[in-house]
Amino acid sequence: MRIEIASENSFIIYFNDQIAADTTAQISACAGLLRQSMGPLLVDLVPSYASLLVIYHLHVGDHYQAKEFIKQALAQIQDAAISQGKLIHLPVYYSEESGPDLAHLAAAAKLSVADTIALHHSRHYQVYAIGFAPGFAYLGEVDERLASPRKATPRLKVPKGAVAVADQQTAVYPSQSPGGWNLIGLCPTPMFNAEQEPPMPVSVGDQIKFEPISRAEFLQQGGDEQLLLEAIT
Amino acid sequence: MSMLVKQPGLLSLLQDAGRFGAHNIGLTNGGPLDQQAYAWANRLLGNKHNACAIEVSFGGLQLQTQVDTYIAVTGAPMALTIDGVEHDLWTSHKVTAGAHISLGFCQQGARAYLAVAGGFQTPIEFGSRSTVVRENIGGLQQGEKLTDNDLLACAETNTLASYTLPAARRPTYTDHTELRVVLGYQHDLFSPTKQALFFSSTYTLTDRADRMGMRLSGPDVSCDTTSMLSEGICHGAIQIPADGQPIVLLNDRQTIGGYPKIGSVISQDTARLAQLRPGDKVTFKAVDIHQAQNISALAAYRFQHTPIEIVSE
Repeated sequence: MRIEIASENSFIIYFNDQIAADTTAQISACAGLLRQSMGPLLVDLVPSYASLLVIYHLHVGDHYQAKEFIKQALAQIQDAAISQGKLIHLPVYYSEESGPDLAHLAAAAKLSVADTIALHHSRHYQVYAIGFAPGFAYLGEVDERLASPRKATPRLKVPKGAVAVADQQTAVYPSQSPGGWNLIGLCPTPMFNAEQEPPMPVSVGDQIKFEPISRAEFLQQGGDEQLLLEAIT
Repeated sequence: MSMLVKQPGLLSLLQDAGRFGAHNIGLTNGGPLDQQAYAWANRLLGNKHNACAIEVSFGGLQLQTQVDTYIAVTGAPMALTIDGVEHDLWTSHKVTAGAHISLGFCQQGARAYLAVAGGFQTPIEFGSRSTVVRENIGGLQQGEKLTDNDLLACAETNTLASYTLPAARRPTYTDHTELRVVLGYQHDLFSPTKQALFFSSTYTLTDRADRMGMRLSGPDVSCDTTSMLSEGICHGAIQIPADGQPIVLLNDRQTIGGYPKIGSVISQDTARLAQLRPGDKVTFKAVDIHQAQNISALAAYRFQHTPIEIVSE
C-alpha cells in the first residue's frame, strides 16, 4: 500500500496495481475507519478500483494529522471485519428492442442472443467505483467473451436505466446522458433519486446480481414504455 | 421577498461554497470558481462564509430587487449600475425595492460574484445550493442556470452599513498567471525532461475552458503510461491525456477518471486561473506540501484580518 500526495488537501492511497475482490473490501474497510476517526478533518472520500482519495479540511488540520489517521486506518484494516457488502438484485429487460447492441455483442462473442444475455446475468458483479455522473456505478467484471470496447462514436442520448457494457465493465445509466457503452437492456429500478434517502440503491463494495425480466414485468415495475416505443438508436 | 432576473447574461449560476461529502454517490463539488472573490462578497455583507451568491461569467446580469436590502459585487470588473448610476465593486450598497441592478461585460477577468445580505434562500440539495448544470443538481431547480423571470428569494435587510475593501487590497486580473503546483499522483511517471519542460513552458488557455476544467495548449508533456485504473480526482488536479496537453480540473469535474496526473494546482491559484480567458497564458511552479499549506493558512489569516472600511454616504 502506498500513500501519495494528491493535492494541497488530499492524499490518495493505492491498495493495489490491479483490480481484486479483496482490494475492494480493504478500500471499503479503510473508508469506514476514516469516516469514524477523522471527524471534522474529513471533507470527502472517493473510493475507486484500487485506490481511495482522502480529502481533508485545511482549516481543521494539516497533512501530518491527515496522514496519521490514514496510517492508523491502514494498520487497523488487517484486523477489521471485512464486509462483503450487500447483495442487490436488479431486474433487467434484456432484448433487442431494449438493448440495441445486443446482436452486435452476440455476434462478436459467437453466441446466440439468448446465451449472451445468460452470460451477462449469470454472475455477481462487484461495485468498484461510483462517478462519471450522479449514481453511475462501475461494475465488474463481465465475462471476457462479452468484453467489447466503447463505441467509436458515442450516442448523444443513452436512456435512463440502460444496462451497458464497456470492456470488462458493466453499468446501469442512472439518467439520460451521452455515452459510448454498448447497450444490452433496460433496468426499471432508479439508480439515482435525489428525493430518496439513500439516493442510490448501491454503494462501493456491494454485489449486484442482474435478474432477467420480461417486457410485461419491465412495464409493471415502472419501466418507461415510451423508451420502447421510440426505439433506442 | 426576492430579486427578479431581468436578464441572466451569458452564464449566471447560484453558488454557495460548494457541495461536500457526496463524492461517494458521484456528485461533484460545484461552488465558486474564484473562491476569493466570492468570500469577499459575503464578508462585505457580514454573511456566513457559505452564503449563496450569483457567479456571473463575463457579465450581462440584470436584476430587479423587490426588497430593501444590500448587495455587493466582487471579482472581474463588470460595471455595476443601480438605477443607471455606476457603483463601486468590492463594496456593499443599499438597494431599495424596485431598483434595477445591472452588470456590464468585463474586459479583463472572467467571473464576478453578486451577493445579497443573508444570501439567496434557494433550495438545498445534498447539503448545498450550488448549481451543477451537468448533474441537474442545485440552482432554482434541476441544476438550471439563471433565466429570465427567475425569482431568487432573499430577506429584507435595513440595518447594515456599507463597507468597502480598500482599493490597495483588491485583487487585479491580468492575462497571465503563475499556477503553483503540488507534485502528486503519478508525477513520477513523467520523465525528468518532461517535468522540466512542464515547469519551464508557457501554456495558453484554449476555448475549451469551463467549470469542469481548463484545457491548455503548449509543449507536449505526455508520459508513457496511457492506461490506468480510474481513481478519485481532486480539485485542481492536472490531468495529462495522451496528447500531452494539460487540463486543470475544477469545481464541476467528474469525481473519478483514468488519465495520468502530474500533481494539483493549489486553491489560491485555481481562483486566479478561473479569472483567465481563452488565449491568456499560464506558467507552472512546483511547491512542496509545506509551502502549499503555509500559503493556504496565510491567505486565510490575511482574509480574516484585512480591515474593511465603512463607506460614508
